[in-house]
Amino acid sequence: MLTAAVAHATNETCGAAEQGAQAHADTLRVLTCGSVDDGKSTLIGRLLHDTRFLREDETAALARDSRRWGTTESEPDLALLVDGLDAEREQGITIDVAYRFFVTPRRSFVLVDTPGHEQYTRNMATGASNADVAVLLVDARKGLLDQTRRHAAIVSLLGIRHVLLTVNKIDLVGFDAAVFEAIAAAFRVIAEPLGFLSVTAIPVSARYGDNVVTPSARTPWYGGPPLLALLEAIDLGGATQAKPFRLPVQWVNRPDLDFRGVSGTVASGRIGVGDAVVTAASGRITRVERIVTFDGDLPEAVAGDAVTLTFAEPIDVARGDLLADPKARPAMTRRFLANLVWMAEEPLKAGRRLLLKTGGTTVSATLRHIMHHLDVTTLAPHPADRLALNDVGRVEIETPMPLALDRYADNHDTGSFILIDPATHATLAAGMAVETLEAARDVHRHPTLVKALDRARAKGQVPLVVWLTGLPSSGKSTIVNLVETRLHALGHHCAILDGDTLRQGLNADLGFGAAARRENVRRVGEVARLMAEAGLVVLVALVSPFRADRDRVAARFPEGRFLEVFVDAPVEVCRARDPKGLYAKADSGRIVGFTGHDQAYEPPLKPALVLDTGREVPEISAARLAELVHARAVPTAANSFDSANL
Amino acid sequence: MREVVAEFARPVMLYSVGKDSSVMLHLARKAFFPSRPPFPFLHIASGWDFRAVLDHRDRMAAAYGLDLIVHTNDEAAASGVNPFDTAVGEYSRLMLTDALKAALDAHGFDAAFGGGRRDEEKSRAKERIFSHRSADHVWDPRNQRPELWRLFNTRIARGESMRVFPLSNWTEFDVWDYIRAENIPIVPLYLAAERPVVKRGNALLMVDDEARMRFLRGERTELRNVRFRTLGCWPLTGAVDSAAVSIDAMIDEVRASRLSERQGRLVDGAEHASMERKKREGYF
Repeated sequence: MLTAAVAHATNETCGAAEQGAQAHADTLRVLTCGSVDDGKSTLIGRLLHDTRFLREDETAALARDSRRWGTTESEPDLALLVDGLDAEREQGITIDVAYRFFVTPRRSFVLVDTPGHEQYTRNMATGASNADVAVLLVDARKGLLDQTRRHAAIVSLLGIRHVLLTVNKIDLVGFDAAVFEAIAAAFRVIAEPLGFLSVTAIPVSARYGDNVVTPSARTPWYGGPPLLALLEAIDLGGATQAKPFRLPVQWVNRPDLDFRGVSGTVASGRIGVGDAVVTAASGRITRVERIVTFDGDLPEAVAGDAVTLTFAEPIDVARGDLLADPKARPAMTRRFLANLVWMAEEPLKAGRRLLLKTGGTTVSATLRHIMHHLDVTTLAPHPADRLALNDVGRVEIETPMPLALDRYADNHDTGSFILIDPATHATLAAGMAVETLEAARDVHRHPTLVKALDRARAKGQVPLVVWLTGLPSSGKSTIVNLVETRLHALGHHCAILDGDTLRQGLNADLGFGAAARRENVRRVGEVARLMAEAGLVVLVALVSPFRADRDRVAARFPEGRFLEVFVDAPVEVCRARDPKGLYAKADSGRIVGFTGHDQAYEPPLKPALVLDTGREVPEISAARLAELVHARAVPTAANSFDSANL
Repeated sequence: MREVVAEFARPVMLYSVGKDSSVMLHLARKAFFPSRPPFPFLHIASGWDFRAVLDHRDRMAAAYGLDLIVHTNDEAAASGVNPFDTAVGEYSRLMLTDALKAALDAHGFDAAFGGGRRDEEKSRAKERIFSHRSADHVWDPRNQRPELWRLFNTRIARGESMRVFPLSNWTEFDVWDYIRAENIPIVPLYLAAERPVVKRGNALLMVDDEARMRFLRGERTELRNVRFRTLGCWPLTGAVDSAAVSIDAMIDEVRASRLSERQGRLVDGAEHASMERKKREGYF
């Protein structure tokens, strides 16, 4: 028992106040699912009672409570051991996930109890995410219900691989072997497509204790061990240790100038001194120099160990980074497919902005697309445009920056995420990554030796991107040319990215639909970023009519290194200028989807500068903009070269 | 613990000096090693704390260089609130719950670690590891966030706070086994020694300060070998007869005991589901 507690403790020491991790075999986390009527609370009470984990005063309280609330008349109602909150007791149901503990000489157990009423999906998903095995309860008199199918499906979706089908109230069917066999056989059919590693059926009577802790003489036809013995024997197989090394960085440990380490709990795999690790986001590889703990340095750490690593060559690692095995890296992706369990009253629709937390990182994310809704009874997909409370569905999610993710099926720790409401901070959904959409899975960023910072120093300027957006013919190209002339005279090294010019080369393959415009803006954004990394002041002149597209580019730059400038001229003025005759062509129907004609333009909400070219001559606008850019590009205390590291 | 330090502006660790707090302190020292725990430790002193508890607290603070904050509801104490005359529930609300809220507000702490465990009491089985509190420290059992995997939603609005219970999934046995395995210093009161006590009803109360003890008619101080299973205010905490002078012997006794640890606390028995109500008010 000592070993159990110690393993428990090393695990929880630093690991973010975590649930007992999957990694250590001494503690088994058991999800119990079934409805109140199936006798689930009684079964849990029976386990606690018969493993003598109850104390006399608790038993006395039980007897008192049984008289007041109990439904079993003369005997103590074991179900009351499990209920806790006042309101729940009055309703006679459990309303949340509850954790109970008991120990046997073989193992420690955490019972994760989830209720079987209308919030079942949300609560079951929460419970299942913190469990290793599932006990599925059915009432022998009723057999398999839709609810049983749902429980099995959710358990499977959350990646639990061992199921114990507990056929309860076997006393009420006269300990009939045929009833039990029929239920067990029917369940095997259901479980077949769900990918469980083991499915075991047990006939029990929770009320009288048959086959719960001790074998029952009343089921001579059942040759197997009782439920507790089965739980004690389940082997999780150290699966997380066999997986590739992952360590989400929780905290940078810096007690003084001489020590710099990164702290976190090994999520999977193992790591030894001298092993190479890669920072997923930057692609930088270094070697582990020391594995530091309070009890001395370790030669090796495995899944579940909370450690602090130091590296042979100092690398830039921050909270939120994921350290990984360079030979088996996670995907770096901005777009991915995931299964979601939606937990909020308000339905989820495409376009919703959310916060996404995975590992130690929280980023903004956009729900791009709802692919389908899963029927949780059959796991069959149905087309859907929204997910309601307790729905499960497949969605596409996009983030402004690449995210390090594994598939949930490969790694529960680095493939899971939660979605948070940016306004209320409520937890809205549980997510499991299914696959990445960008081809980035096998393509990893190649870090350069000379950094953006070094190039900026060589140029003597702090690079930035100045993005001019506005209607066609509003004066963007004219202004960037004048601005470059002025900045050049001040000693700045600039580059111009002009939308029309780029459409003749880089973007010659793109049309003018919304998707093509989005891609156009994305490419120009990427080129601007490369140029800024090269140390340049980049002047972009691009209609870029959609706010979301521009925001996505802006999100690729640090604060202050991307200036959005709104070239604001009334459409009548642009139409009157029309130097390229485009408005005329659009009017005659020869161009469709022309911004300012039949295509809307979304002005910036918070531009760094507005140039009213309807009232102001281009030279004045250019002078104002050049002044602003110069102030931002000249190295000063406020504009340090450090900010050049994009 | 690292998660909290990384995500909150001003965390604090509640330090009651009891066994759970001792484990928490030890874990904090381990979690941030070689750094020192990067937060202060807050002790809510009622003025009726065991002297041995205060000694131990000061010794730990000195040995480990802790940033220790001690807070007492002086106003209530001055107005005559004491564990003898004030009803138990009222006393604990004023001297513990209110004092805690005032201290958290005064220092602007946005996250507070507590040593609470889910096995302590039935209603705690459902407590979150990260428990969200409104700006008034109120806990709403219907508005708690689901805790999925090890991904804790640490977002709060200005003025709100989080109570964090890293030992949620530990049991009383785990705590003792860990204290023994790691050799963690604990208050000597947990081990048996000859101590002055009076018998009141079924409880053995220790006379920690004879001058302030209120004796009932016929009560006499006697010396008995006792130890404590939990440590609260000395006039409100029952001792048990024990010969366990070593931690091994004590753990054997605890294991064999047929009574739960809260049984020694006079405050819990006060009314049905009293923990539940205290928790909503902001007790730990």
